[in-house]
Amino acid sequence: MTSQPGTAVWFARHESRLAWRDWLAMMTAGRRRRLSRVVIAIAVFVIFMHFVAYWMVGRYADATADKATLVAISATVLLSWLLMISQAMESTTRAFYSRSDLDLILASPVAVEKLFAVRIGTVALATAMMAIPLAAPFINVLVALGGWRWLGAYGLIVAMGAAATGLAIGLTVALFSFIGPKRTRLVAQVVAAVIGAAFVIGLQVAAILSYGTLSRVSVLQSEAVLALAPDAGSIFWWPARAALGDGMALVGVLALSLALLAAAIAIVSPRFGEYAVAASGAGSSCVSPARRPAAFRATSPRRALRGKEWTLLRRDPWLVSQALMQMLYLIPPAVLLWRGFDDGHGAYQLLVPVLVMAAGQLAGGLAWLAISGEDAPDLVASAPVPPSFIVRAKIEAVLGVIAMIFAPLVVVLAIASPWHALVASCGIVIAAAAATSIQLWFRSQATRSQFRRRHVSSRMATFAEAFSSIGWAAAAAVAAADLWLAIAPALLALTVVTGAWFMSPRRHDA
Amino acid sequence: MKHAMPPAQFALEIHGLVKRFDRPAVDGLDLNVRSGEFYALLGPNGAGKTTTLRLIVGLLRPDAGTIRVAKIDALADPVEAKRVMAWISDEPMIYDKLTPQEYLAFVAGLWGIDPAIAERRAAELLDWLDLVAHAHERCEGFSKGMRQKVALAGALIHEPRLIILDEPLTGLDAGSARQVKSVLRERVRAGGTVIMTTHILEVAERMADRIGVIAQGKLIAEGTLEELRLKAGKVTGVADSASLEDTFLALVAEQSAAA
Repeated sequence: MTSQPGTAVWFARHESRLAWRDWLAMMTAGRRRRLSRVVIAIAVFVIFMHFVAYWMVGRYADATADKATLVAISATVLLSWLLMISQAMESTTRAFYSRSDLDLILASPVAVEKLFAVRIGTVALATAMMAIPLAAPFINVLVALGGWRWLGAYGLIVAMGAAATGLAIGLTVALFSFIGPKRTRLVAQVVAAVIGAAFVIGLQVAAILSYGTLSRVSVLQSEAVLALAPDAGSIFWWPARAALGDGMALVGVLALSLALLAAAIAIVSPRFGEYAVAASGAGSSCVSPARRPAAFRATSPRRALRGKEWTLLRRDPWLVSQALMQMLYLIPPAVLLWRGFDDGHGAYQLLVPVLVMAAGQLAGGLAWLAISGEDAPDLVASAPVPPSFIVRAKIEAVLGVIAMIFAPLVVVLAIASPWHALVASCGIVIAAAAATSIQLWFRSQATRSQFRRRHVSSRMATFAEAFSSIGWAAAAAVAAADLWLAIAPALLALTVVTGAWFMSPRRHDA
Repeated sequence: MKHAMPPAQFALEIHGLVKRFDRPAVDGLDLNVRSGEFYALLGPNGAGKTTTLRLIVGLLRPDAGTIRVAKIDALADPVEAKRVMAWISDEPMIYDKLTPQEYLAFVAGLWGIDPAIAERRAAELLDWLDLVAHAHERCEGFSKGMRQKVALAGALIHEPRLIILDEPLTGLDAGSARQVKSVLRERVRAGGTVIMTTHILEVAERMADRIGVIAQGKLIAEGTLEELRLKAGKVTGVADSASLEDTFLALVAEQSAAA
């Protein structure tokens, strides 16, 4: 069945076809023959997640709408919703600033507001669709054990996606109006990162200050919170009631959310083109004369390469937001460190693996940018320096950033507990070196703008990097308590890294 | 157009160069370019021009053959060979988040140029290429022409003896193209050597001292425009006054027929 060109349905088909092909390419890394393997892997993962869900929420299947349950569900819903707002802001910013087909669309004689309405709708759908696979195992387990009423949770996710997108568009457009298109890109990405992280971090900091642990549950179920919470009949609990199967609450939440999205579409769609055009003119940015750096200095090729990497990292808004996210997640351990100053070693044991894990993850991302995400590969490769020299300079640039971020925390930790600081330093260095090495072995030519999709190019590298960081964090955690016991997780982490080397393309090239 | 070049040392000597991908991209290529010469390398799409240039610059390793750049064995000592060369591809690769001034400082750092000299040269190049007003703007908003000019400035800041360009004029407006051509001509006048691929045959006709025609990875004809016409005339009957376009098409057609 075909639809009339230029209509909303026609645009919707166009968008859904692009989205489907994009998703397929992402899952199969561009190789259609991998599709069957991908399907099997997804099936195995889904089954596994159902077991995890059974273990985690199975006992709550018969939950009733008492205040403690409503608080717990609302907190989970709020946490997920904040993450969805963060995701929707990312997508909205991309829709305004990525020019891939906007020139074609804006130059065409069609009513573009229809397309932009569809595009905003697609953002809402994508936001909900990203949450559904993660939530589905939990909802399915609750449906199986507690009855059909839990199916309302699916409706709630759709409502949350719609409301998150409506709000995200409102926030982005407000930023456009207040700070202009040039700054909006950076600020929107930072705001998205902060929103995504803020709730978890806020709860953890509150938990630490109140109870000295990193657990969120202890705060949510505390008498103080339950006493402050509104009555069980309040509209405030509608989302939680909708998840519990209250039909009226679900209809109410859906109606409000869809109304919010419809309002955003109605207000923004006709002006989307103006925003996109304004955003396209925001690419060039000047450095004011007073801040111009003294560009020409006596330097070596290695220093020039390091300096270039650091400058590019510093000036990349996406990276700034990602680094900020990593830094935000370090706030709870920092508070824990501050709180634990006089409390002995219990808190430090928790802190060490968090630092090691964060260092590994951050190093992996930075190493990809420095090693694979080289925007001028021909220039660097045609420079009169040996390739090994270039790689070394880039590794130094990555480790320099890691050192700059983690050194202050380790220094404070050293004042409180030199042993834990020593373990943390070793763990940070090893985890960062392992993640960097994995990126080095699996390096492939890409541009920095492909950072978001770096995981697609090599899932092996992604998994190896993640498991290596987890392994080294576990080893550091155990070493903080007992050095000899740490040998086992360290050997496991080493096995992951060695396995990555054996499976890497570099080994075959060598 | 120059005719008889005075005997001079070669800026580039290639013998028996071979590079295979799925099929031979460069197939036993022999090529000599004299110092101080402007050499245009022509050929149909897929003839092996870009692969040849990337082999010279050290971005690809050949399967066989030798490459000498200003008497330096580029395969045995690539670092020394790279010191005297500059490479510009058709798609200028520069850093969006750096300003032209910072980009030039970075390139000067890579080539180990004295900062005082680099700063002076950067100022000259930015002025020459009309980039002074944009010297402190990040390159992310630049047009293709401006990006190509920044890349060209980067290539010239270390005063290379051999400049290798792959389709440098593609996508440039008339003004930018003229500036690039003028800069390249000036480099040759100052004793530098330029090797350039182009599909714009008038550029080759007007600027090149010698022209090489490459097809199926082999050099099928080489010389001044007159020498090429002569060869094409003998083989295919092209008139003595034929344009480079007619001459080029006749030579390529002859090679295709022979293959």
